[in-house]
Amino acid sequence: MRVGLFVTCVNDTLYPRTGQAVVTLLERLGVQVGFPMDQSCCGQPLFNTGYRHGTEPLVLRYARAFRDYDHVVTPSGSCAAMVRENYPRLAAKAAAESRGEALTEAASDAAAKTYELTEFLVDVLGVTDVGAYFPHTVTYHPTCHGLRSLGLGDRPRRLLEQVKGLELRELAGAEECCGFGGTFAVKNPAVSSAMGRDKAHAITATGAHRVCTVDNSCLMHIGGILSREGSPVRPVHIAEILAATEGAR
Amino acid sequence: MSGRQDRQTTPDATPGTKPDTMTRPPGEPRGHSPGGTYLGMPAFPQAAALSTRDGRLRANLRHATHTIRAKRAQAVAELDDWDRLRRAGAAVKDRTLRHLDHYLLQLEESVTRAGGTVHWAADAAEANRIVTGLVRATGETEVVKVKSMATQEIGLNEALAGAGIRAYETDLAELIVQLGGDLPSHILVPAIHRNRGEIRDIFREHMARWGRPAPEGLGDRPADLAEAARLHLREKFLRAKVAVSGANFMVAESGTLVVVESEGNGRMCLTLPETLISVVGIEKTVPSWRDLEVFLQLLPRSSTAERMNPYTSMWTGTSGDGPRSFHLVLLDNGRTDTLADQVGRQALRCIRCSACLNVCPVYERAGGHAYGSPYPGPIGAILTPQLRGMASPLEESLPYASSLCGACFEVCPVAIDIPEVLVHLRERVVEGGPATLRGTRTVIKPARKHTAERAVIRATGWTLDHPGVLRHGQRLLSRTRRLHPRRLPGPGRAWTDTRELPTVPAEPFRDWWARARGDTA
Repeated sequence: MRVGLFVTCVNDTLYPRTGQAVVTLLERLGVQVGFPMDQSCCGQPLFNTGYRHGTEPLVLRYARAFRDYDHVVTPSGSCAAMVRENYPRLAAKAAAESRGEALTEAASDAAAKTYELTEFLVDVLGVTDVGAYFPHTVTYHPTCHGLRSLGLGDRPRRLLEQVKGLELRELAGAEECCGFGGTFAVKNPAVSSAMGRDKAHAITATGAHRVCTVDNSCLMHIGGILSREGSPVRPVHIAEILAATEGAR
Repeated sequence: MSGRQDRQTTPDATPGTKPDTMTRPPGEPRGHSPGGTYLGMPAFPQAAALSTRDGRLRANLRHATHTIRAKRAQAVAELDDWDRLRRAGAAVKDRTLRHLDHYLLQLEESVTRAGGTVHWAADAAEANRIVTGLVRATGETEVVKVKSMATQEIGLNEALAGAGIRAYETDLAELIVQLGGDLPSHILVPAIHRNRGEIRDIFREHMARWGRPAPEGLGDRPADLAEAARLHLREKFLRAKVAVSGANFMVAESGTLVVVESEGNGRMCLTLPETLISVVGIEKTVPSWRDLEVFLQLLPRSSTAERMNPYTSMWTGTSGDGPRSFHLVLLDNGRTDTLADQVGRQALRCIRCSACLNVCPVYERAGGHAYGSPYPGPIGAILTPQLRGMASPLEESLPYASSLCGACFEVCPVAIDIPEVLVHLRERVVEGGPATLRGTRTVIKPARKHTAERAVIRATGWTLDHPGVLRHGQRLLSRTRRLHPRRLPGPGRAWTDTRELPTVPAEPFRDWWARARGDTA
């Protein structure tokens, strides 16, 4: 089984620790991970802002980069959703404009083998206990793409429940969007921030020390507000919790 | 009026139990709602920003939407075949829309056979002209109105006023909006932005100008407010010779129109006057009574969280009792253009239940007025730009009035993939492309104000497609990380006004990988 890591442009540039955690975690579970250097961005920020044509080269690049892998694993619910939901849509539109052949092939290939990390762990590897130790109180915010586009359901929770030392706190209004929304955060900053502050208050109210999600882009927004508001809660990607052993056991 | 008429359109939503935190003089239109018209409204981000600073509005909306939201979820969970019902609803609508030309002619024939007269209106102006002419022909100068989205859409009340005809809204919430010189801010609960203290003040101050004044010493108990409205409206029902309505559904096979409501005020209008004029969007057609059955299950549970709505009025031409004269004005007003768009057309499935508004985190904070049309919330964000075209900054901004969280799609009883349509419309804004405007295929130019963004996106896209260049950029960002300011100037302020920037790491992931794995491929 050849597994490729699609680290995503946000993690590559801003959160390398998350990518490192995925590598550590998968290797601990006996999976050999490859990282094709010609990977880039899935194209989500362009596509969701309306630049469909500008996204096309990135779709082709993604498929090319992971051509030789059986599975692609990514620590991002929204990037996985982009590949699985929007690549086929984008290809269909290109086909309607009579120039879709390469895109159709690229999109269907990419969509079929791309997994969000927790999906890959639970569905493909069939594990929920990944041997992690993380002695902190944690609350989990299910991101919108993870929850509604991918249908991750309780997979992240099942993984967290098996982490030794971890105490999981319920988040009120968990299914409500944090307000990030990609370019929405800067195109509608007032509404985005109002949503983010409500989410931040709910997170702080759990009394947890950490808030985790399957997506660092949402965490960048949530964490940015938490820290501006002086909340003690720190954001952490779920991959970093699942990879953690903190020397114990 | 039956004993049930004092119930609210939606439980707890209008006067009911909203927190009373009034801070503004009664009846004074909101800062960003220019009394009585949606024309010339600012783009969504500006209007929405004002709403986010209005603590009372935020509290009213949060309370009301969360209450309805929870009740809807309960009502829907009672049915184990909800998903199949939902798919059936979408399928019936899609099939009907695909053959709309056929069903509309069938409908015209059925209505005519039953004694009604059918008029075709290509746009708002034509519909207003037809209705004004019909009312004038009766010699009347007053009409009573059943709550109707189509007549809001075309600005019928204003057009009638211009012709010296007074239109009285009779839905409780629409009455509150009309008396307050206000605009509706929700499809189902147009006065959702008002609490009961405000409603009491509006009744006290403005009822007299429109007819029977509010009772002396009117308080803010929901039952008292409903009684004041009942007394005020009864006068109108008993006097009116002409009524204007919309319809939730039109059954093509029999020519039957259907109005579903909670108060019974609509039924008063539909039965007492001599002349009834119904203005209905062409997409409200369903082929048969069998199809109607699906929607009479989907609509009440999605909208008022009821298993069945209290009043379902159905009439077929002038057969039976009720009005002697019946006119049906079939309204296009951008619907045919919308139908021509393969992705956007799913918006025409909408049955105006407003479930999408009640779950929308953006609507909850922006309020209905920010959407600049009688169709607020997620459905408004995809309907308004399609019906009106994207001629103004407001319509251009609406497809961006969403974080694409998908909660709207999840609750939509006819499975409109609102996020998909939003992204599709964003594409039309920034890339332009083929569209149908007033029946003519045309190619839209990209919006001008996005020129700078387009340049940035083009550069970003190019960089992302050249990982070598991207890597240089990442390294530059990492090496200069000690110099990064906490607050960005210019457009970057949209981020740093409320949020800290992330700390840039010492090296990007791909450099770590190359170093740790000796892989420089």
